[in-house]
Amino acid sequence: MMTSTHTPSALPSSSATDDVAKLAAAAAAVHAAESAEAEAYERTHVHGVYEAIAPHFSATRYKPWPAVASFLQSRPPGAVGLDVGCGNGKYLGLNPSVYMVGSDRSASLVALANSRGRQLQEQHAQEAKKRIAQGELDATGGTGGESSGAAVATEVVVADGLSLPFRERAADFVICIAVIHHMSTRTRRQEAIRHLLRCVRTGEAGHPGGQILVYVWALEQGNSRRGWDEGGEQDLLVPWVLKSQQKQPKQPKQRKGQKGTQDQDTSGVAASNTSGEAPPPPAETTAGPTAATTADGDQGHTDPVFKRYYHLYRKGELEEDVLAAGGAVITSGYERDNWWVVAANEPLSSQSS
Amino acid sequence: MKVLTLNFLTCAVKSCKSSSDSFPLHPKDAELASDDVEVNPQLLINLLPRLDWKALKTTSTELGFPQLPDSPPTIEDLQSDEKLLKDLHSLLMETNLMEGKLVCGVCGHEYAVREGIPNFLLPSHLV
Ligand SMILES: [Zn+2]
Repeated sequence: MMTSTHTPSALPSSSATDDVAKLAAAAAAVHAAESAEAEAYERTHVHGVYEAIAPHFSATRYKPWPAVASFLQSRPPGAVGLDVGCGNGKYLGLNPSVYMVGSDRSASLVALANSRGRQLQEQHAQEAKKRIAQGELDATGGTGGESSGAAVATEVVVADGLSLPFRERAADFVICIAVIHHMSTRTRRQEAIRHLLRCVRTGEAGHPGGQILVYVWALEQGNSRRGWDEGGEQDLLVPWVLKSQQKQPKQPKQRKGQKGTQDQDTSGVAASNTSGEAPPPPAETTAGPTAATTADGDQGHTDPVFKRYYHLYRKGELEEDVLAAGGAVITSGYERDNWWVVAANEPLSSQSS
Repeated sequence: MKVLTLNFLTCAVKSCKSSSDSFPLHPKDAELASDDVEVNPQLLINLLPRLDWKALKTTSTELGFPQLPDSPPTIEDLQSDEKLLKDLHSLLMETNLMEGKLVCGVCGHEYAVREGIPNFLLPSHLV
């Protein structure tokens, strides 16, 4: 991919001999423009939304996906892992015998993840002290090997998925959960996967390379209330209703049109307090918060609605993107409205960059 | 942010990555804090081969700690020398960079660190 070419301008020259060069320059300019446009679009329809809904979003994100949990649990002790798009950091402390660093584009979510991690760490230190006081541990260091290890969940940075600050080829694994589907062009989605692959070790003789786990929302959601399925529109704006502090009734009776479809998307928790409404219209282009009027008799009450951009992956598309990014698919599957893939760098390093 | 994490961070600017001077990042105006973290010998031993020791040595010196040896300890060293293990634990796992900046040795960009969190979002001219 030659996405690094930032052709500043492609003013047409009068010479008719360099048509090819002109075409290339024009293409690069279009690409740069498209890329800038895509970035601006994501700023509005992804990053801005997460900043605004962070605490609320975080409160709904606590249960890990089974496929993610089992991937993390099967990493060897001492492995170094990254969680790109770590959100509130719910995966960072899941396996206490690995060292993980999380990154997210949203400073608000990263701050939440950090304070969550610090709480965990303090709790753990307190418990350890108690055990030492009770003589369960050798006070001189506790090298008994029984120590479960402190779950490191404090290590988080604010970073963009397409400009990651991680030392290349250093991590043993990377997870990227419910992130890539927020990128608004296929080029950017593939580029994002390429960046993940660049973070993990390449394989050498006798040493398997590092692995990445990518998890994205599926188009095929035949069993969900959302009503999306094969053949449908893949690029959508999905509303998030930012409920006010007052607890809403568990099952709001009905909402006006699709505006009220509060989406719980990729939390491992089924959408328990949402109404079974139709998906949002794909052509929706409204940016920023609008208002949803709840029909609970409380006429004057409105909740702001934020719309997040999603690209819903169709079957096989994630694997295609991994290949295009120079990766090799190890395993892949489907879990509760999501496609996932475990991949690594091509063994004989096809140095694509 | 723990010192261990610094060993895995480099400049976010694409053109800096190919230069070895972009790693490690250099702490500036660093405010450190120490955490109480339970020693996990096995984790440290397992982490050892994943460290870039030379970079750790640089970071440690720049933060004002006593000089580390040129080459990393062996697993046997860590298993037999409790003080060594504890010192390494204290440096890697308990020492936190809370405030300050991380500076790239190539482009000179300074990444702010606040409340232990570095921010690697780039101004548009560096993306
Ligand atoms: Zn740099």
